[in-house]
Amino acid sequence: MSVTVLEGKNIVRDYHVGGGLFRPSRTVHAVKGVSFSVDKGKTLAIVGESGCGKSTLARIITLIDPATAGELFIDGNKVDIAKDGLSKEMRRKVQIVFQNPYGSLNPRQKIGDVLGEPLLINTDRPADERRDLAMRMLKKVGLGPEHYNRYPHMFSGGQRQRIAIARALMLNPSLLVLDEPVSALDLSVQAQVLNLLADLQDEFELTYVFISHDLSVVRYIADDVMVMYYGEAVEYGSRDEVFADPKHSYTKTLFAATPRADVASIKARLAKKKAA
Amino acid sequence: MPLLEIKNLTVSFDTAAGPFMAVQGIDLSIEPREVLAIVGESGSGKSVAMLAVMGLLPNTATVKADRMAFDGVDLLELSPSERRKIVGKDISMIFQEPIASLNPCFTAGFQIEEVLRFHMGMDRAQRRARAIELMKLVGIADPEERLNSFPHQMSGGQCQRVMIAIAIACNPKLLIADEPTTALDVTIQKQILDLLVGLQAKYGMGLIMITHNMGVVAETADRVIVQYKGRKMEEADVLSLFEQPKSNYTRALLSALPENAVGDRLPTISDMLFEPAPSAAATQPATGAAS
Repeated sequence: MSVTVLEGKNIVRDYHVGGGLFRPSRTVHAVKGVSFSVDKGKTLAIVGESGCGKSTLARIITLIDPATAGELFIDGNKVDIAKDGLSKEMRRKVQIVFQNPYGSLNPRQKIGDVLGEPLLINTDRPADERRDLAMRMLKKVGLGPEHYNRYPHMFSGGQRQRIAIARALMLNPSLLVLDEPVSALDLSVQAQVLNLLADLQDEFELTYVFISHDLSVVRYIADDVMVMYYGEAVEYGSRDEVFADPKHSYTKTLFAATPRADVASIKARLAKKKAA
Repeated sequence: MPLLEIKNLTVSFDTAAGPFMAVQGIDLSIEPREVLAIVGESGSGKSVAMLAVMGLLPNTATVKADRMAFDGVDLLELSPSERRKIVGKDISMIFQEPIASLNPCFTAGFQIEEVLRFHMGMDRAQRRARAIELMKLVGIADPEERLNSFPHQMSGGQCQRVMIAIAIACNPKLLIADEPTTALDVTIQKQILDLLVGLQAKYGMGLIMITHNMGVVAETADRVIVQYKGRKMEEADVLSLFEQPKSNYTRALLSALPENAVGDRLPTISDMLFEPAPSAAATQPATGAAS
């Protein structure tokens, strides 16, 4: 039986842009009524270009920003951080990994402290237990105990993203929001991180919300796909449905724009060039 | 005669831990009207090699080559001031971060006109007319209006168009594009690639595309050089590279593409470089399925 971990109903987020002396204030509708649900152990991918509201939605799901309207359910419980605030339990359940691993780690903090900090803040575990758990998590993400006392600048981009993932997993979350986790990485490192994410999902039964603009990555990792365009979900369905039969014109544009690296399309391009 | 000919290029940087070899003996040549792609991951020396051609490397870099000739002129022999007359005029370059590579203190129009003043010696009215023409050429709506815009008032795609306008302002013979679309969305990426390839065909430029995206290579290049850790791993025309990659590294790169995934796991470069024998067998179905 599948359990729904995350459900959103008609999520709306408006930003008020304050006016000046001669300029009236405006309202930007960043997310305009988006609904979705994700089952345990599944991956929902949100696709769209910059400015379409996908990162705003990620912040709402991660409980960083409240939604202006609409309902958000996590593990079946309604969450409204604007009214009720955020409990430690909620904070544990949802974690996020950001796009840029160079910017999301404190350069003055050792890796051990990076991983221990979520436990320090959210639990009463003693220091030696925190250390133990951090060591174990380092091994899970493919790093070693020797990395415990190092600083972020001593790591490559792929290793830093592993650390960011490890930090997100320290509190045993049930939902992990991945905001473009591989778009800053090289192709081969991207493959390693995607493999790691797939392994961790199997091991911990994690639910992923995967935000990306790279359709080939989405096709590889997602179970369900939502395409966003100017704050609206223009297409939402299972991966195979969306990729096989895109309905909205924007989705079709997106597919057409993705560069294709197969021999048939290269042949077609070269033939066209010769004819021209 | 090749437009750009490089033989045995070596670039090393002086670091506290001794010299670091970023590029180790690269040979490269590009014909007029050709699109050459240089592919590699970060640290493969692909950008450094091209910056060496442009003469844009910092003082800590030592550039050595048996030959580095552009259009028959040996670049290594030139004085810095002679070189500046070629760079920006006959060879020009577009960089990865469009917003960062424009000067935030000056308008787009000023920055386009600056090249025209320096290299072409045009007067004010000619420069203005040419800048408007260039902006139309790169597909910016309302060029007269946009000439007075500052970089922060434009989107990333528009800034990249302005960069391209600056790069092609003096009708260069060779355009080097260093990851021109990495910072952009897919739909904008498509537009910029179409623009670059269109301009290349229209003006008969040589175009060197530096990228790590195999999709971009497949969509633009005639010939491809694959680089890894400062060395050339493979050189081939685009079709045979994708059909029958010769080096293990190229094969690994191609199979790391998520669209070529077989089963649940993506093969990674380290899986393949250290165990060449089984990996060769393992990638066969992947390339076969793609063709």
